[in-house]
Amino acid sequence: MTSFTASRRKLLTRAAAFGAVSLLPGCDFDDPSHPDLADDFLRLMSGWNNEVQAALFNPNTLAPTFQASQITRPPRFNAFYDIAQAPRVDEAAWQLELAGQIGDRRAWRIDQLRTLPQESQITRFVCVEGWRTIGQWSGVPLRHFLRAVSADTRARYVAFRCADGYFTSIDMESALHPQTILALDFLGAPLTAPFGAPLRLRIPTKLGFKNPKSIVAMEVTNKWTGGYWENQGYNWFSGS
Amino acid sequence: MTGTQMANPPPARSHGKGRARRVIHPWPLRVMHWLNAVAIVTLIGTGWQIYNASPFLPFVFPHWATIGEWLGAAIAWHLAAIWLLMLNGLAYLTWGLATGHFRRKFWPVSPRSVLRDVWAAVRFRLPHEVGVYNAVQRALYLGVIALGLLAVLTGLAVWKPVQLWPLSDLFGGFFISRVIHFIAMTGIVLFLAVHILLAALVPRVVLPMITGGRLDVSETHQ
Repeated sequence: MTSFTASRRKLLTRAAAFGAVSLLPGCDFDDPSHPDLADDFLRLMSGWNNEVQAALFNPNTLAPTFQASQITRPPRFNAFYDIAQAPRVDEAAWQLELAGQIGDRRAWRIDQLRTLPQESQITRFVCVEGWRTIGQWSGVPLRHFLRAVSADTRARYVAFRCADGYFTSIDMESALHPQTILALDFLGAPLTAPFGAPLRLRIPTKLGFKNPKSIVAMEVTNKWTGGYWENQGYNWFSGS
Repeated sequence: MTGTQMANPPPARSHGKGRARRVIHPWPLRVMHWLNAVAIVTLIGTGWQIYNASPFLPFVFPHWATIGEWLGAAIAWHLAAIWLLMLNGLAYLTWGLATGHFRRKFWPVSPRSVLRDVWAAVRFRLPHEVGVYNAVQRALYLGVIALGLLAVLTGLAVWKPVQLWPLSDLFGGFFISRVIHFIAMTGIVLFLAVHILLAALVPRVVLPMITGGRLDVSETHQ
């Protein structure tokens, strides 16, 4: 009886919470492992917003580019940890692991990646928090790399895993965008630890947290893998 | 107003032969008003939380006044409530134009009439006429509709500075779009302050926005 009352009370509380969704700040993505009705509603709307952004996405629309004089100096560090805790990857031992729907899944070393044609861009990095910074990145366009390893570009997602445990995934259309690059250099020099050494994704058509740093594995897949922040509530597509 | 109602006015509300009573706020307006209230409050509260993540002025909004425990939740609510605001706003504009509500209620409004009514209002000599908007109300309602449109357009420019680049360029780029979005919000908050203050000063206007209210047609100025 007690448990029945308790669960009924919980149900009533949830119904009330749903009715006054915006007025009860306690019920929104504060505990991702125990989603409540409000979380389910937000997931539904976020899924709808993914669809809208995919429809809005034009593969030929380029992110604005800037002059070298407009580069933000010093560059701004950002992660879910302090700058001192940025992972230090041993570049000699580092390899990019490949998985999923890829023809040639041999791992790549950094010097091998440098033999591929490189492209440079000065673009704006916009954080989900609202700030922005302009930087110069160069590296291998992801669409060239996907072709080089015979990836199935009809698959839906490209997913990344990082040395610090971070992970994220992007839609194939955005992965094939000409400005989406596997960056090796930042501001004219090889990436340093805080900025994603030895390899990061630079994708100026998406928000900053969709630019994973210190990538150790890449997978081409039809399976939804979400992401570190996305699983906590940030919108998955997060296009710019 | 239908012929049947004219011929058979409700006895309890009848004031005499030839008189008819009219709803002050028709039901679509009431429904849209309160849906808009939910959307606007959600958007402002979550917007303050989003602003706090990266403030561009030397202050942040107190956490108790914001909606969403953290940035992720605030953005999720913001991007959910915007659909309610946009669909409801579209329904309101369509309804207002189609039924002649805007033409009857907001027109005419001239700078001279607004100044006259503002001057009357500050001397507390502007009477509330049920069913008729004075020039101050007309200017405020038209103004807040314009601010709402501005907020939606700058919001889209901040949301998609790359894909919607013409809109972003129109407002002067990503950062200036953010600033104009903030200014539009500030204008809407000021409107709400006046709107709620006036409703508190003349509380008999509140119930008709829920029940619809009734008014003798002969009392109206239409």
